[in-house]
Amino acid sequence: MPSEKMLMNGSQTVGEAAVRAGCRYYFGYPITPQNELPEYLSARMPEVGGTFIQGESEVASINMVLGASVAGARTMTSSSSPGISLKQEGISYMAGMELPAVIVNMMRGGPGLGNIAPSAADYFQATRGGAHGDYRTPVLAPAGGQELVDLTFEAFDLADKYRNPVMLLGDGLMGQVMEPVVFPDFIDLKDLPEKDWALRGCKGREARAIFSMILGQQGELYRHNLDLQKKYDRITAEEQRWETKYAEDAELIVVAYGTAARIAESAIEDLKAEGINAGLFRPISLWPFPLPALRELSKEIPKVAVFELCLGQMVEDVILSVGERAEIYFHGVPGGLIPTPAEVAEFLRSTVKGDGKVGRRMEV
Amino acid sequence: MSTEIEYKKVFGRPESLKDNPTHYCPGCGHSIAHRLVAECLDEMGLREDTIGVPPVGCAVLAYNYFNFDMVEAPHGRALAVATGVKRVHPDKFVLTYQGDGDLAAIGAAETIHAANRGERISAIFINNAIYGMTGGQMAPTTLLGQNATTAPRGRDARLHGQPIDISSMLAICGGVVFVERCALTTIKQIRKAKKAIKKSFQCQLDDLGFSLVELLSPCPTNWKMPVKAAWDWVNEEMVKTYPLGLIKDTTGYEDKK
Repeated sequence: MPSEKMLMNGSQTVGEAAVRAGCRYYFGYPITPQNELPEYLSARMPEVGGTFIQGESEVASINMVLGASVAGARTMTSSSSPGISLKQEGISYMAGMELPAVIVNMMRGGPGLGNIAPSAADYFQATRGGAHGDYRTPVLAPAGGQELVDLTFEAFDLADKYRNPVMLLGDGLMGQVMEPVVFPDFIDLKDLPEKDWALRGCKGREARAIFSMILGQQGELYRHNLDLQKKYDRITAEEQRWETKYAEDAELIVVAYGTAARIAESAIEDLKAEGINAGLFRPISLWPFPLPALRELSKEIPKVAVFELCLGQMVEDVILSVGERAEIYFHGVPGGLIPTPAEVAEFLRSTVKGDGKVGRRMEV
Repeated sequence: MSTEIEYKKVFGRPESLKDNPTHYCPGCGHSIAHRLVAECLDEMGLREDTIGVPPVGCAVLAYNYFNFDMVEAPHGRALAVATGVKRVHPDKFVLTYQGDGDLAAIGAAETIHAANRGERISAIFINNAIYGMTGGQMAPTTLLGQNATTAPRGRDARLHGQPIDISSMLAICGGVVFVERCALTTIKQIRKAKKAIKKSFQCQLDDLGFSLVELLSPCPTNWKMPVKAAWDWVNEEMVKTYPLGLIKDTTGYEDKK
């Protein structure tokens, strides 16, 4: 049975959703602003027969995830920006070894230790691979609340479907704000598809190994990379997710994701009273980026305004999608400051006028 | 009248080893260590329940030689990966097989904390005092005065620090129940090593805690010595820094006998 409507912060929401999605193995290391997630699971996992380990580092934690994944379990780790940097090596190995797992990043300000305030400055890291090698990880970007539940479930399903790590990309605000959510019923672990590749000992079959090092002299690694790319192409074709709002008859389309999209939505609604008709295009899968959908939309609308909680990362994907079909304007707020809808509204007014007061026109 | 001679098989390849030639250099200790691990798994009936984690280093391709399930770990992370595997399959047998660079340098944190948590894992630690795979660089276990490609004038305590005795460090961790150091360079020590490996495996089967067997292992290639000289060097020089014998045993196995 689904849960009652509950009031929980975003980190706890992801934790409960993970448990209900069949995750029984969580490994993580404390870092603000996502500590409520490991804290929640440290209490919750034993209640459902699961395992919580506070690793000695982010590096150890992601490698425990690797081990639990290769053993056939649904498994998760979480962190915030500096900690996610430390996990990159393990993510690259898991991509090479084709191991499913969910990695949660509640982003904070950077670079370096930065601060502990919400940010969206890890877009490049999340969508471009993050570590070494030719690989991709699907990235789902909830805008908080119920979507944290739904996308946590989806993240585990995508990870298993494609045997690939999947990132859930939130931020420190989303992790700490309390919102009402409803949880679906617990997945019965017996209903999950069999992982016939997992390592459980070789009883009744040949022994096998799972590894990422491919040294052969006959182009074996070349072929492995091509096989991975085929998978990434399939994901790109089948797993794009986005939402549009107020897009019909809009003179301007605002592109924003996550927390930025919620601020932008308020700004868009405020501007209706002034007769400015702006629509919202919210990418939900950041990789694969919903490029064709945004391209189609930009054919009808002369101006695109991109708003990010960083100094311009997703805007590069917007440029790739829109090209010269529409004018592209950008406004970004770095360093963990959360702008008000009024500030974003100023940017949108300025974009409509083309006066350059807030934001800047992107060269394409 | 039958003239058939009855043959009795007295020696063969353990089932836990594949029929593959190894890439190890002549005189290297890895082949002996592999065989000991394989013999112990066979004799204890564990092969089909085993998941092994090799290191990054000379034994990175151990899955080509061991005939049981194995998963690669990033350099130094074998015991973190093994922790994940063991927590999912507490009823399976999980071992790591790691070199000194993997276990005592880049993986020191993972090693200490997996041991201290008392993970039910058996670690086989190959100490050859050098980085073999990468071509002879200084290891955390390189002896004072020993030459390495990154210590061309020999290891100097002031410059490079002392060789690390990680086995003794692990012995003070609460979750560790058994640590023994053996060598792979005399018949007597090889037999002792096998006994120690078996005991380590038994610790895991009995759910006692973490255990580790350190094996001093010759590396003629990177020590730039003939095989015989390398083996003698283990027996005469290496043992001065790394004395052989039991380092910790809280199993109570002997008491029960």
